[in-house]
Amino acid sequence: MKVTIDGHEIEVEPGTTILQAARMIGGESVPPAMCYYSKLKGSGGKCRCCLVEVSKGSDANPTPMPKLMASCVTGVMDGMEVKSISSPRVQEARKSVTEFLLINHPLDCPVCDQAGECDLQNLSFNHGKSETRFIEEKRTFEPENIGENIQLHMNRCILCYRCVMTADQLTDGRVHGVVNRGDHSQISTCISKAIDNEFSGNMIDVCPVGALTDKTFRFKSRVWFNKPFNAHRDCDKCCGKTTVWMFGNEIQRVTARKDEYHEVEEFICNSCRFDHKDVNDWVIEGPRKFEKFSVINQNNYTRKLDKVTIETEKQILLGRDQDRKKISMVEVPLKNTENSKS
Amino acid sequence: MGRKILLDKINIPGIKTYEVYRQNGGYASVEKALKTLTPDEVTEEVKTSGLRGRGGAGFPVGLKWSFIDKKSGKPRHLVCNADESEPGTFKDRFLMEYIPHLLIEGMITSSYALGANLSYIYIRGEYMWVFKILERAIKEAYAAGWLGKNILGTDFSLDLHVHCGAGAYICGEETALIESLEGKRGNPRIKPPFPAVSGLWANPTVVNNVESIAAVPWIINNSGADYAAIGIGRSTGTKLISASGHIKNPGVYEIELGLSVEEFMNSDEYLGGMMNDRPLKALVPGGSSVPILPAHLIYKTANGDDRLMTYESLSDGGFATGSMLGSGGFIVYNDTTCIVRNTWNFSRFYHHESCGQCSPCREGTGWLEKVLHRIENGHGRMEDIDLLWDIQSKIEGNTICPLGDAAAWPVAAAIRHFRDEFEYHVRFPEKIKNRDHFVEEPFEKVRHLIAKQTV
Repeated sequence: MKVTIDGHEIEVEPGTTILQAARMIGGESVPPAMCYYSKLKGSGGKCRCCLVEVSKGSDANPTPMPKLMASCVTGVMDGMEVKSISSPRVQEARKSVTEFLLINHPLDCPVCDQAGECDLQNLSFNHGKSETRFIEEKRTFEPENIGENIQLHMNRCILCYRCVMTADQLTDGRVHGVVNRGDHSQISTCISKAIDNEFSGNMIDVCPVGALTDKTFRFKSRVWFNKPFNAHRDCDKCCGKTTVWMFGNEIQRVTARKDEYHEVEEFICNSCRFDHKDVNDWVIEGPRKFEKFSVINQNNYTRKLDKVTIETEKQILLGRDQDRKKISMVEVPLKNTENSKS
Repeated sequence: MGRKILLDKINIPGIKTYEVYRQNGGYASVEKALKTLTPDEVTEEVKTSGLRGRGGAGFPVGLKWSFIDKKSGKPRHLVCNADESEPGTFKDRFLMEYIPHLLIEGMITSSYALGANLSYIYIRGEYMWVFKILERAIKEAYAAGWLGKNILGTDFSLDLHVHCGAGAYICGEETALIESLEGKRGNPRIKPPFPAVSGLWANPTVVNNVESIAAVPWIINNSGADYAAIGIGRSTGTKLISASGHIKNPGVYEIELGLSVEEFMNSDEYLGGMMNDRPLKALVPGGSSVPILPAHLIYKTANGDDRLMTYESLSDGGFATGSMLGSGGFIVYNDTTCIVRNTWNFSRFYHHESCGQCSPCREGTGWLEKVLHRIENGHGRMEDIDLLWDIQSKIEGNTICPLGDAAAWPVAAAIRHFRDEFEYHVRFPEKIKNRDHFVEEPFEKVRHLIAKQTV
């Protein structure tokens, strides 16, 4: 089947989705995806970030599709023509979806463990605006403890349903899911149960935002201060192939290996992830490759880093000269303020 | 006097019970269909009738039936959508409560046409008493041999169940309904695949509104051509209208499609004119999801033609100057109504009922509601009106199911036709601080306040 995306032609198997075809082409045409996960069956279609314009349905039926289509769940047809980044409508839709995702998302990136490897940060960097039109109070949820290993921050969740599908497809007996409806739907365990399962840690890896984070890594470090290394060990439960995130000689975090779309290559078990934090547990293969323009690369030691100098006024803690004058000299009246009248 | 098809026998005492219903010619269509017609002939008859789905979208029923995948060899299902939750619509409740056997008869005939041996009626949880009425009626039908194995000695068998929803508007969307029926969370599915190919338990399924199914017995007893003779153009047959609001006689009416809006509103046979003879301000002709019409576009379309109660005429002029027939929730407003408050109320509903699956609807409906609430309570800003317009345009068309569109359209129409009222709310918060702010001082009286003044 032949499909054209932003003018790039590619031959794909029947049953491929537009997003998969775009990923084969690569580059700028690849739509962002917050909920789609190629390793999880039935994922996608929810976040609406990957909307594309189908300007020609197929060779057999060349009429364009009137609505924007979610590229992750729309299969390609022979002769289909798709506009992704080249369509202003698509650009507009991505901007609006980004805005919708951000209006209730807390601005706690400075304290969020996901910051630096967060899909929502990337999305808003590419498609977001720096100002907000949302002046209401943000929606919040009661904190909930969902168990030993995983920290749930419901306020940050964008309801991609990935963790629900992970629990469904990877573990037996899912105990958490989406409860409630509308903008108050939340990820929660079925009546305050703890998530206790050998593969539950993978929920952390599939989470596109900081809603599910690793309790053993909580507030330990920023991800860009860590150096990722590929490592493996003999594990009887999983493949044992991981990325370990080192700070000096210390392993601060263990995650599964992720590909360029931040999707896990092979899922790992909880004992590899949470219980083996000693360097001697692992055979380190070498540095992990990551994207050139990612935040993690900002700390790349191979790059020449200039010394940062912060220029401020001298004796800044003492205040500005003119203010000091006013404070110490009571007899000098302040002009044009109410205080001067009294 | 208009022709009655659905409500013809509604006044016969005891029509709720099987005996009386049967004595008055009930279940004749089942006899006729099973004994003299093939399933395809029944479908053909419905196709000729031009019957359009009565749930809101107006998709031709016969066409929908012909899409069902009969080749796969999988069992097929008919599901009746009785999850009537559209604000302003209460016609299905009336049908099911007072003449439940009509729906059951329609279900049997339609299931025969589709070759379905297991059919469901999905009723909303709030209609618990109607649920019980239907259960009783189904029991009676089983006892009389209209349901079960080998109906009327033919080799057609049908099991019919009523399933009760748990109070979610979204379960009126056909794929969410199917999910809910399967016992899952009522989230709409991503289409394709359409239910006609993979619906309930991944089997080919047809989902139809109560009123559509209840119209089938008449079509079979008479003929599709007879049904098509009623109405105008592609709007054939009769339609139940749930009329509410500031009118003399609210209630459920059966009208022949093609009746003029003016006659429907003002004749004593129908709504009997405005309550307390106050002036008409606006009309929502098809349930809360459809665009609101301002007074000057109600009786006449933008071209100056008479506005008729048909799918085509009500949508004449597109969204700029028209609306939709929708599910027939006819809400009339007089000049004491605050359109901003009404729009906020609708938005509040959609905010509450959004399933939360896709981002534009989940976040957008809540945002719309908050901004409208602010304007209605005197905390609005001028830029909020443009903000509302922008939000609604970004929800519309970008969601999985039509709920996003349904949340966006009323807001868009209210701003399009009543923008000055929004501006009044923003500029004179003192005047709108009481809930009844237009009762003493209808908007017409204060309109001059927001006129552009040149000094």
